[in-house]
Amino acid sequence: MSLSSSMNNERGVGEIILQLDSISLAFGGIKALSEISFDVREHEIRAIIGPNGAGKSSMLNVINGVYRPQQGTIAFHGQVRRDMNTHHAAAQGIARTFQNIALFKGMSVLDNIMSGRNLKMRATLVEQAIYWGRARREELENRRRVEEVIDFLEIQHIRKTPVGRLPYGLQKRVELARALAAEPTLLLLDEPMAGMNVEEKQDMCRFVLDVNEQYGTTIVLIEHDMGVVMDISDRVVVLDYGKKIGDGTPDEVRANQTVIDAYLGVAH
Amino acid sequence: MNEATFPRLLLEHAKLRGNRPATREKDLGIWQAWTWSQVAAEVRALACGLAAHGFRRGMHLAIIGDNRPRLYWSMAAAQALGGIAVPMYQDAPAAEFVYVLGDAEIAYAIVEDQEQVDKVIEAMPEIPTLKHIYYDDPRGLRNYQAVTSIDRLLEDGRHYDAAHPDFFDAEVAKGHPDDVSIMLYTSGTTGKPKGVCQTHRAFIVSAQGGCSFDKLTPDDSILSYLPMAWVGDHLFSYAQWLVAGFTINCPESADTVMTDLREIGPTYYFAPPRIFENLLTQVMIRMEDASAVKRWLFRHFTGVARRVGPEIVDRKPVSIIDRLRYALGDLLVYGPLRNVLGMSRIRVAYTAGAAIGPDLFRFYRSIGVNLKQLYGSTETCAYVCLQPDGGVKFDTVGEAAPGVEIRIGDNGEVLVRGPMLLKEYYKRPDATAESIDAGGFFHTGDAGVFVDGGQLKIIDRAKDVGKLATGAMFAPNYIENKLKFFPHIKEAVAFGNGRDHVCAFINIDMGSVGNWAERRGIAYSGYTDLAAKAEVYELIRECVEQVNTELAQEGELADSQVRRFLILHKELDPDDDELTRTRKVRRGFIAEKYAVLIDALYAGRTVQHIETQVKFEDGRSGMVAADLRISEARVFGQRDTRKAA
Repeated sequence: MSLSSSMNNERGVGEIILQLDSISLAFGGIKALSEISFDVREHEIRAIIGPNGAGKSSMLNVINGVYRPQQGTIAFHGQVRRDMNTHHAAAQGIARTFQNIALFKGMSVLDNIMSGRNLKMRATLVEQAIYWGRARREELENRRRVEEVIDFLEIQHIRKTPVGRLPYGLQKRVELARALAAEPTLLLLDEPMAGMNVEEKQDMCRFVLDVNEQYGTTIVLIEHDMGVVMDISDRVVVLDYGKKIGDGTPDEVRANQTVIDAYLGVAH
Repeated sequence: MNEATFPRLLLEHAKLRGNRPATREKDLGIWQAWTWSQVAAEVRALACGLAAHGFRRGMHLAIIGDNRPRLYWSMAAAQALGGIAVPMYQDAPAAEFVYVLGDAEIAYAIVEDQEQVDKVIEAMPEIPTLKHIYYDDPRGLRNYQAVTSIDRLLEDGRHYDAAHPDFFDAEVAKGHPDDVSIMLYTSGTTGKPKGVCQTHRAFIVSAQGGCSFDKLTPDDSILSYLPMAWVGDHLFSYAQWLVAGFTINCPESADTVMTDLREIGPTYYFAPPRIFENLLTQVMIRMEDASAVKRWLFRHFTGVARRVGPEIVDRKPVSIIDRLRYALGDLLVYGPLRNVLGMSRIRVAYTAGAAIGPDLFRFYRSIGVNLKQLYGSTETCAYVCLQPDGGVKFDTVGEAAPGVEIRIGDNGEVLVRGPMLLKEYYKRPDATAESIDAGGFFHTGDAGVFVDGGQLKIIDRAKDVGKLATGAMFAPNYIENKLKFFPHIKEAVAFGNGRDHVCAFINIDMGSVGNWAERRGIAYSGYTDLAAKAEVYELIRECVEQVNTELAQEGELADSQVRRFLILHKELDPDDDELTRTRKVRRGFIAEKYAVLIDALYAGRTVQHIETQVKFEDGRSGMVAADLRISEARVFGQRDTRKAA
């Protein structure tokens, strides 16, 4: 990992591109998030950690517009809004993967990833149906992009396999591929390594770092594996019961006593 | 053609068939093709680039990676400058690179990708000569210092070429057929690998012999997917490519070889037995999931094929009824099966590198694949014996190839002489003198006999053949091969030299036994767990006893029946030095490492605890511990075999 972390430093983290200000979200009487503020800088890998039910996935859902917070503002690329909506988020270059894989099980890997190009297609339904003119040009261009992603994530051997037949670790990789196919500037990963064995985790780590390095994509990820988080993240925000209890570099977070008590655990 | 060198052959193809495809590679999902004139231009630019960066006549160029077009072209580029290509096994860890890079005094290396760059950089502190590293795939290498992309090398080469337009042709003209063209490292079943120096002439003569023997033409097409450092790939994908002028196709990745094979449909194919075995295992596993009708069709017609297929392939007389049955089977089963296997267009297929099981061999021949065996080694350009069409037997390796002389030495060792012999072992005059005698014969180290009028039969490695305490001959490879012919057994190591009976270690085949276990509802967590199951021991015991009944019929070898065996708790692996990179058993090393297990086998114990260090693919180490069970197997007398079986 020494090589990759030295690279992270060279890559140069840029301006703030996402600023969350006093976000509060409640479901009825249950406060999922209260008064949470943090920012994400361009090209960085930002981790959100916290115990189960801390509000991590809710946080991601607020960022890409699935949930509308009752309070607070979101500024993405300088544009301040009360809430995102999912279409806006996608159109502005936010892509995500899900904690429980959300792929089309009966479709091939290739078709699943192609669906990630949906927003890049301008041809009308009729043009697409007869595969003519603009539709044809777009299809070729989209397929080329998708093939680059397939090559990047090393899944050539399953290109034509229906997703439902793949092992879990590979399905996770296909989901990442679909997100990448949208050429996002901000990538949200919800537990990309959950349920994986050591080797699969190492592969996924390498892919996340490569995406970040090669495409310069900003990444916000939720992850439970502390080794992974501390290794690959530039900055970490820690949630507990919907509140922010820590924010900083992995070293700072590791040294934060509140975080240690709440999450990393004290000896019983 | 007497003055032929590889670069000259390339330029000649560019002149004769400039617009025909020379190399294809699947990239971003599409097969990309380069014509002979494009390849010649790329090689010219690569050579000029290397020269501009200081590469000189007689220098060595290390080439490390999967089968990529630009890596093959780099060989020709080095040779055009009078340099020597040194392909290395791409799956070896950095520690193994150190030996070869140092021994060959490598200063220039062309490698495939970040993985290989990392390993070479790791080896660099110990290799002071190594200064220039070029990579093909830039992924992940953006921030690396001190490495250069091949694109950059090509660009520098084109500038150099523009400034010195006569340079390349003059360099090619300086080449001589007796110059060393390539150094291939032996796999090293014993001791350190040795660099085998082969001249242009040796490989070109071997390739010409093979091409005329099997009538290969520029219209043929092959898939290049075996390690570039293996002599077999160098003969088929490089020497014969440049001699015959056919098309080589590089797969998209190591995992897509099966799909790529189907898409290309090669006419000429080469694979070690384990690949044919894996293919068949996959077919059998999929057949078990097929509908009852399909299963019946498959069983019925493979039965027909087993009975008459080989005769039909060899054009021997077969009754008209059987011919019709076979034709129907071809329509319904064999044709579609060949298609699925990517073997529809194959005219000639070879297997070599290890013994092939008779059932496996007959299966492929019976469904109409012209599978043949050849025999050779790195020192002989993989070219000593070939099986002629119509004269194929499973237990021999064929007759002497054109231009090759074979003799059996007094100790039963196979001795060969011909233009394909190595020039020398690099920097090892002692080893060279030891293996080539005064008469110019190379000592292969294999024990063999001539049978059936000129067909050579290989028995074992000469040095492995020993004696049991009873005085009977002990040929471990022979026993191990019989065991490995069962799809459930992946690897076996037999012991018995100087002992009063034979014992064996077994590695089960994870795919085959795993599938077998699933179908019986036997739950397991991994290799170690599966290998220790009582049911699996029972399964393997049946295989061992089957081998024992066969050995009982073979005279002197009847004493070599396996009395006791155990199933190892881990798979033998080249990363743990237990196998060579070409997957041959290093029995001396294994005997030392697992001495406690051998003692337990011979001491009559039934359980033995063992802890073993293993290396993971990322280079870290860990421990595997297990209590191994030791099982007895029945042995048979020569006469009562039938009753007992």
